[in-house]
Amino acid sequence: MARIAGVDLPREKRAEIGLTYIFGIGRTTSKKILGEAGVNPDTRVHALSEDDVNRIRRVIDATYRVEGALRSEISRNIKRLMDIGSYRGLRHRRGLPVRGQRTHTNARTKKGPRRAIAGKKKPGKK
Amino acid sequence: MPRSLKKGPFVQDSLLAKIRQMNERNERRVVKTWSRASTITPEFVGHTLAVHNGNKFIPVYLTEQMVGHKLGEFAPTRTFRGHGGKLVDKRAKAR
Repeated sequence: MARIAGVDLPREKRAEIGLTYIFGIGRTTSKKILGEAGVNPDTRVHALSEDDVNRIRRVIDATYRVEGALRSEISRNIKRLMDIGSYRGLRHRRGLPVRGQRTHTNARTKKGPRRAIAGKKKPGKK
Repeated sequence: MPRSLKKGPFVQDSLLAKIRQMNERNERRVVKTWSRASTITPEFVGHTLAVHNGNKFIPVYLTEQMVGHKLGEFAPTRTFRGHGGKLVDKRAKAR
């Protein structure tokens, strides 16, 4: 059973894809890790030997920040922006897009589902 | 795309000169500046600058955490007073 960085890897997938189930590892990083560990990216996760898994684990621990550590770093960075009172921090506080996107329309990912505005007429068919 | 490292961070020359002068004399004075695009360098730490927001000068106390950011980031140019909602209701009732 391959369990790396506190995540169970899907058994039936190729190692290259399996690693991407770890937060902080995508296809590119996954390929780099497997290259470093000397594991063929096409081997299925269940076919990895204990030794392979250990080598992969070591490479990840040594070079990458994944899962909890990565998540806490991200929220630390955001918190820093909020604490120093920068414009980006203010945008995070308000839950609005941070990088200068328009908010007149769109920006729904950041703002969440539309909220009805009281008394606003719907322009529509008669 | 970030700025070329070769050039170093941008700081308005006149502002940098003033800060250096203040550092030399060990004085702390609020300096007005319009240069929102200037990067905060370690020399700025501990000073308070009045950064123009297009209308007023916003006093900004510069800390170590702010190094690498631009002065303008700390002097918002827009005031958002909120959309409709309760406030409008209150105003309508008052009338």
